[in-house]
Amino acid sequence: MIESIPLEYYLILSGTIFAIGSVGVLTRRNAIIIFMCIELMLNAVNISLVAFSSFLGDSSGQIFVFFVMAVAAAEAAIGLAIVLALFRNKRTIYVDEINLLKW
Amino acid sequence: MALTTIFFLILSVVAIGTAIGTVASRHPVVSAMNLVLHFLMLAGLYLTLNAEFIAVLQILVYAGAIMVLVVFVILLLNLGKEDSLETGFTARKGVAMTFGAAFVIQILILFTSAGSFTHEITDKSVNVGQVKNLGYILFTKYLFPFEYIALLLLVAVVGALLLGKKKLFLERDLPEKSLK
Repeated sequence: MIESIPLEYYLILSGTIFAIGSVGVLTRRNAIIIFMCIELMLNAVNISLVAFSSFLGDSSGQIFVFFVMAVAAAEAAIGLAIVLALFRNKRTIYVDEINLLKW
Repeated sequence: MALTTIFFLILSVVAIGTAIGTVASRHPVVSAMNLVLHFLMLAGLYLTLNAEFIAVLQILVYAGAIMVLVVFVILLLNLGKEDSLETGFTARKGVAMTFGAAFVIQILILFTSAGSFTHEITDKSVNVGQVKNLGYILFTKYLFPFEYIALLLLVAVVGALLLGKKKLFLERDLPEKSLK
């Protein structure tokens, strides 16, 4: 049996990447970069799911990661189609210039 | 230091570095390339957790499919450098930094206050990430969510096609057409 890395290391890594992703979502203006930051956050959650699954000896965590990946793929297709449609109509993808639904 | 620990440290440092690169770089293509590297590092981290199937899936789905889609959209929109990247300290940046710092502090408090986690990777859990185990549980316990994911992907394909069409409305629904 190889000596294993403590679970805390994976959780700290996961939390750090999640924080970086959330800062990106809140600060960036470019819709595609915001989209990529959302992917970062999804992946951060995936790390902790796989870590728990592997440390507790339960396969369910890895099945959840499988589902998260499928939802992320669907979200990527829809999100990028929305960005394309937005660019076609407004000629911009900077989220602070898009105020069509702003009250 | 054990080899796996060194491997883990290299992977995690590069993963955090590329995550910062994704968030902070001005050019969308540089962001996308950083993100591809980040996904590859995560695949390596999954290998250190004995999750071979998820590691392969990470490379195929994220680094392969999703990032190609993102890069294609960047290409179609002909995005360059952000000309007016916010410089200096703005209120929005302050709020975002507060949120990020709060997350990190919360995690650190959690790990300093809570006792050490006693679980270890045992011989039993080494087999958890194998395709045989995952396939078995996917088609028994999680069969209904699996079918539902198929439906979700179908809806996503139809939705993406509809949104990507040149005209979102039919010709006969437009008001000037009915005037003729």
